[in-house]
Amino acid sequence: MKYKYKVGCSIENLKGVRDFVRVSLQKHGVSDLDISEVVLAIDEMCSNLMIHAHHCNPEELFELHVIADKGEPLVFEIIDDGSVFDINRFHEPELGNIIHEKRKGGLGIRLVKSIMDRIEYEQSDGKNICRLSKKVQFK
Amino acid sequence: MVQIKRIQEEGADIIVPIGEIDASSSIELDLTIAKSVGEGFTKILIDCSALEYISSAGLGVFMSYIEEFSDKGIQMVLFAMNDKVLNTFEILGLSELLTIVQTKDEAKRKVS
Repeated sequence: MKYKYKVGCSIENLKGVRDFVRVSLQKHGVSDLDISEVVLAIDEMCSNLMIHAHHCNPEELFELHVIADKGEPLVFEIIDDGSVFDINRFHEPELGNIIHEKRKGGLGIRLVKSIMDRIEYEQSDGKNICRLSKKVQFK
Repeated sequence: MVQIKRIQEEGADIIVPIGEIDASSSIELDLTIAKSVGEGFTKILIDCSALEYISSAGLGVFMSYIEEFSDKGIQMVLFAMNDKVLNTFEILGLSELLTIVQTKDEAKRKVS
């Protein structure tokens, strides 16, 4: 089953993103802990995209797909036409450096990489697709 | 959306975030902690019992005070986190860098 959600790039919309992911996955009996983790990872990916690729312009839209089928890994697709930021190529700073330099970035990417099993990027028809997947427990 | 209350008990400033802290609301947490420090509190307790969600933006706020607090001798203790919020801190190993306890009594004992 595939669920689609279109979002404007305002960080005020992150709550809507989280609710969309949570409600979609609850219908499929995904465990509560897995839901809370993937909701967090998708929030981090979407907030990065809104802030860094679209400068929080609410007129600019991207699409979020949630693909959930019992027994299969969950797949999330973030589809947009902004600039690509491949987090696989980003080396997140050590926690010690984050504390010392008071850097607030880097934590989100660390969370996403810890939570998701795979993160891939693809370009097709002039769109960027970021595909994240995670094996989860179904109730 | 987050609403933040403050309560003073036994010389400690208790900050109570209610709701969800994400990229759009982490500034509220930052301003509240800064205000508490500005008012001279050296014992800051964060009551997480009504904190339903936190993303890296909120975690970053706590991280950004670690060094300043250690320099100024300010103690910060977080308490009463629900399992999902605690899990978020644990994924990043922040439960090692911050003081997190279960109850308000334990939090008060930590700073007494």
